[in-house]
Order: sequence, then structure tokens, then C-alpha cells
Amino acid sequence: METTTYVEAIRQGLWEEMTRDEDVFVLGEDVGVYGGAFKVTAGFLDQFGEERVMDTPLCESAIVGAAIGAALMGMRPVAEMQFADFISCAFDQITNFAAKCRYRWGAGVPLVIRGPSGGGIHGGPFHSQNPEMYFVHTPGLKVVAPSTAYDAKGLIKSAIRDEDPVLFFEHKYLYRRIKEELPSNEYLVPIGQADIKRTGGDISVITYGAMVHNALEAAGVLAEDGVELEVVDLRTLVPLDKATVLESVKKTGKVILLHEDTRTGGFAGELAAVIAEEVFEYLDGPVMRITAPDTPVPYSPPLEEFFLPKTSDVVSVARHLAAY
Amino acid sequence: MVPDKKVCRDMLYYMKLSREIETRIERKLYRQGKIVGGVYVGKGQEAISVGSSIQLESDDCICPSHRDMGAFLIRGLSPRAVLGQYMGRKTGVTGGKEANMHMGDMRHKIVAFVSMLADTVPVAAGIALAYKMRRQPNVVLCYFGDGATSRGDWHEGLNLAAVQKVPVVFLCNNNQYAYSTPLEKQMPIQDISVRAQGYDMPGVNVDGNDVLAVYEATREAVELARNGGGPSLIECKTFRMTGHSAHDDARYVPKKLFEEWSKKDPILRWETRLIQDKVMSEREVRGMATRITQEVDRAVSLAESDPLPDPKETLEGVYADQSVEAPLAFAASFFSPDRWR
Repeated sequence: METTTYVEAIRQGLWEEMTRDEDVFVLGEDVGVYGGAFKVTAGFLDQFGEERVMDTPLCESAIVGAAIGAALMGMRPVAEMQFADFISCAFDQITNFAAKCRYRWGAGVPLVIRGPSGGGIHGGPFHSQNPEMYFVHTPGLKVVAPSTAYDAKGLIKSAIRDEDPVLFFEHKYLYRRIKEELPSNEYLVPIGQADIKRTGGDISVITYGAMVHNALEAAGVLAEDGVELEVVDLRTLVPLDKATVLESVKKTGKVILLHEDTRTGGFAGELAAVIAEEVFEYLDGPVMRITAPDTPVPYSPPLEEFFLPKTSDVVSVARHLAAY
Repeated sequence: MVPDKKVCRDMLYYMKLSREIETRIERKLYRQGKIVGGVYVGKGQEAISVGSSIQLESDDCICPSHRDMGAFLIRGLSPRAVLGQYMGRKTGVTGGKEANMHMGDMRHKIVAFVSMLADTVPVAAGIALAYKMRRQPNVVLCYFGDGATSRGDWHEGLNLAAVQKVPVVFLCNNNQYAYSTPLEKQMPIQDISVRAQGYDMPGVNVDGNDVLAVYEATREAVELARNGGGPSLIECKTFRMTGHSAHDDARYVPKKLFEEWSKKDPILRWETRLIQDKVMSEREVRGMATRITQEVDRAVSLAESDPLPDPKETLEGVYADQSVEAPLAFAASFFSPDRWR
């Protein structure tokens, strides 16, 4: 049985879309000759040529700006941020230009900005960030953060076909650490649909990205104690699959909101508000957040280890809630 | 090379039409409280957008800035829709979503600029990249002011366009003031055109109040771009004959500069030349002015009676798929039956 890594799944998804539609092209720093810092576009230059696999100068803002221009003309650019951290350099183009074109003057901007986010690889403060919330807060953008190889492939394909700008955050810790067997036929994973990665009746853990795996690990530990976690993988932050989240909370009555991003202004706060407003009467305990602390991402292993939310955090918070 | 008589007359017409619409907006409608937001005009700078965009093909694209009324009109936006835009009408170019010169319509190949000036520079490079990839013989005209050339996006955009050798012409309206900041506080150089050297592209400066000079410089740059020769930078030297916007009385500008530059008015200059060269008679010029006044009168009265947008349209058009609910749109029913979808 052949298995595919998370990074290879993204590569395959991109490859298939570029083969299917010649308006799809990739641009970014070192995506051509080098095949991308994480080799997501390895082999693309030979297959698709240098026009469709464009090595750019070091200019995140112009990379996104040029992608917007091409998208306005009906092309389907996929811009790579070498690290998701560097997206801050393109913040203005994304939030003011791309996000608002349709609303302001009816012009669609079908582009994808993808980049490796997240910690756990000792990347330090500028190669480990989770910048999703800057963009979740900007109407007009879609924000995707897959946790498995299957989802990553299906979602990158959907992102490329989407009529609006999609930010695609790949978790770099998962790139080569997880793999699975993928269907041999073509498939898509729709944007805006959460996925229950494990069903359980006692506590809902709502999460996304690499933390899905911590939640699943915790669920395994807790099952031995007879506590059943339901792991809801959001997959897409915007648009949020509110129905799946609320259904799960209604069923369990207890909820843990888990993400690797920092605490204040993180997605957990938004989810907590939605849950409090819409299913308050179903709650049997406090809505709990497990997140990184409000600090930059530190470099040294003991510091980074302390910073990142862990499986043991999920286990202990779940035990607290189970006893509530 | 002087363009044919029709183009010569059209250039006068569009410069005069721009002036008339903007005068009406700034001097009348704004003061009457009929323009709900800011007003930015290109008085004295009309030759730049007109002399350049008049020669484009219909599949070429423009990325105008806020002093380029002529370019919007030449690309086919109607005076009524432009006035409706300023008055926040449903029939305005953006249906009330956007303000003043932030107008765009891809059917006319006009890209709406954002207030973060120079953002359209890399976007223009991307449009030109699409032309190049599709082997389309088209070009992009990208307009900006002197102040915009201080921003990083401007430099990133020119660099990327030059490296990729894409068909775009960068047109700088150097009106010597960025809001209240004069050129010498904006940059250490006299000529913005020298910035082109850093990107190994042709950089020229022309008299921005001479529509023929703008026409000619643009013609050469467009020809180069269309033939695969890559981007150029044209600096059009002019002067902002108003404040930055209608609420700015420009008291920081020495009066003698206004007096000096009013003698170089691009419309008067072109009018005089056309009469001298017998392209138009004085009577024809007067007739054109009368027709323009009537045309703008009509457009104003139509725009004034055009409807305002329905408040519910606030929620429309954020995404292509209207069923996509923003994550913040919660518990709508508690506010009013249809406060949010």
C-alpha cells in the first residue's frame, strides 16, 4: 500500500491543477530551479516551464500584487510565501487589495496564497508563526488550514478553483511526519466544511492544523479512562462550518477550543462567542481554551516545547471538564 | 508626430470634459453637500491621463490614480455614472460601495486603485504578466503621483516588471506635492525619471501640461512594450492647481507657483494650438464647450435623481458565493429580522 506525505499531497494537488488548467501558475521565491524551500514545487519547472513556475525577486508584496493583477485577468495564480511568517510583508496587498476588490467594484480575484506555518521545528520567531487570524479578521478572504494529507490535497485543489482569494496555511511540522493512502482517482475537499476526525459523546475538541493530531492522541489516552472526545477538525476557518461545530457542542455539552496560535484574539475566542450566543443552554461546563501563550515563538527547544500546546494539556483540561 | 485630427479634437474634448465634471463636483456639488465624502481633482493635470490613455486599444488596461478623470472617461465610463459614484448612488460606478475616484470595471479594463498609493504598481505588473503569458499584444498603463514613488510597493513593482520584461508603462504625475509635502521633502532627486535607471528601463521626463508631449512619450513607450521591449517610466512634470482635496485650501503652497502654473494650463495651450494649426476653429471650440456644459448639466440632474442603494446591499458582494456567511455574523435574529444574513 503506497502512502503519501502531507507535503507530497500538496505537491500532487498543485500538479494536477496545473495539468488540468493552463491558467494556473505558481510564483514565489525559489519555487522554480530550487523547487521551493520545502520542495512543494520540486519538478514543476521541468514539467511546466519557467513562465508557469516563476522565480521572483524577494518581494512578497509584489508577488501578491502581481498575483492579483493576473487573477483580475482570469488567470489562477498560486503565490508561495516561503514561510507564512513573511506574509506580513504582503499584508496590505492581501487585506486592502485582494480582499476588497469584489466588494468595492465587483472584480473577482481568484488567487491562492500558500505558505508553511506553525512551529515545532525550532524555526524561531520568524519561521514558526501562525498568522491566520490577521486574515480571518478581513472580510473577503477565505482561510484554509488542513491537518491531513487527504485534506491538504483536496483543499488545495478547491482553493485553486475558488473564485475568491484563499489563504492556504500548510503546517510545516506535518510536511513529512504524517502520511496516508490517498484515493487513486481525483477528489476535492470543499472549502467551508469541517470534518469530525473522531466521534465521541463526552467532550468536543474543536481545532485545526497540526493540533488535530494532539487532540486525536489525547482522545486515545482518555478513551482508556472511559472519556470520549469528539475531535472536530475545522479545516477551513473562513467560511466557518458553524453547523458542524454547534451540532457537536449540542451533543457533548462540553467543549475545548484548541489551537497552536497565540491566545488573545485567537480563533478560540471567536468560537467561544459563537457557542455562547447560539448554544448556551446546551453547555454543561465552561468553554475551555488551549492555546499558545501570548509571546513570540521562541527558538530554544525547552522554550518552544513550553510554548506549544501539547497532548498532555488536552488530557488534563479534558479530565477537568469531564469531572465538572 | 502629431496624431490625426480626430484624436487631436478628442484630446481637447476629454480634457475639457474632465475639467467641467471636476469643477462641478468640487466647486458646486461638494459645497452644496451633495457629495457625501472626499473630493480629489486633477485640475491642471488633465493632459497626463488624456494624452496617454487616448491611444490605447480596447483590450489594453489602465490602472489609474486619483487625478486621472480623463482616463476613466476615455475608457468608457459615463459622466452620469461618475457623478453617481461621487453621490453614493446605486447607479454610480461601484453602486455606492466605493468613494470618489476609486472606480473600476474590468469590462472597460479599468482597475480601481486603493488609497494605499502605489499598490496598483505590482498589480499592473501582474496584469502585464498575464498578457505576456497569454501572448496577447496588449499593454497596461499604470498611473501614480510623485509621492507614490516613495513607497516600497512602487519599487517592488517596477523591479518585478523589469525582471519579467512585461508590457507596462509607468506614468508618474509629478505635481510636486504629496498632500502638503513638497518634492524636496519627499525625495533627494530632481527627476523621478532617474529612478528608472535602477530598473534598467527607459526613463524620460516630459512637460505634463503639454498633451502632445505626453501623447508622444506614451506612444513610444507603448510601442516598445507591445513589441516585447518591456516596461518604461514616464515622468510628467505638472502642478497641482488645487489643494490635495476639496477640504484643503493649500495655504502651504506659495501663491506665485499657482500664478506661474496657471499660465501653463494644458487645456488653454492645446486649444490655442489647435486653433493656430487650423485643426479647429474658435467657433468649433466654443461649440464644444457648450456641448460639454450641457452634457454635464444633464448628467448631474440624472445622477441627482438616481436612487441610493438599499441598506441590505451592505451585505452583498463580499464573496462570489453569496451563501458564504462571515464568521462574525452570529445570532442575527436578535437584532432585527434581517440585520445580518
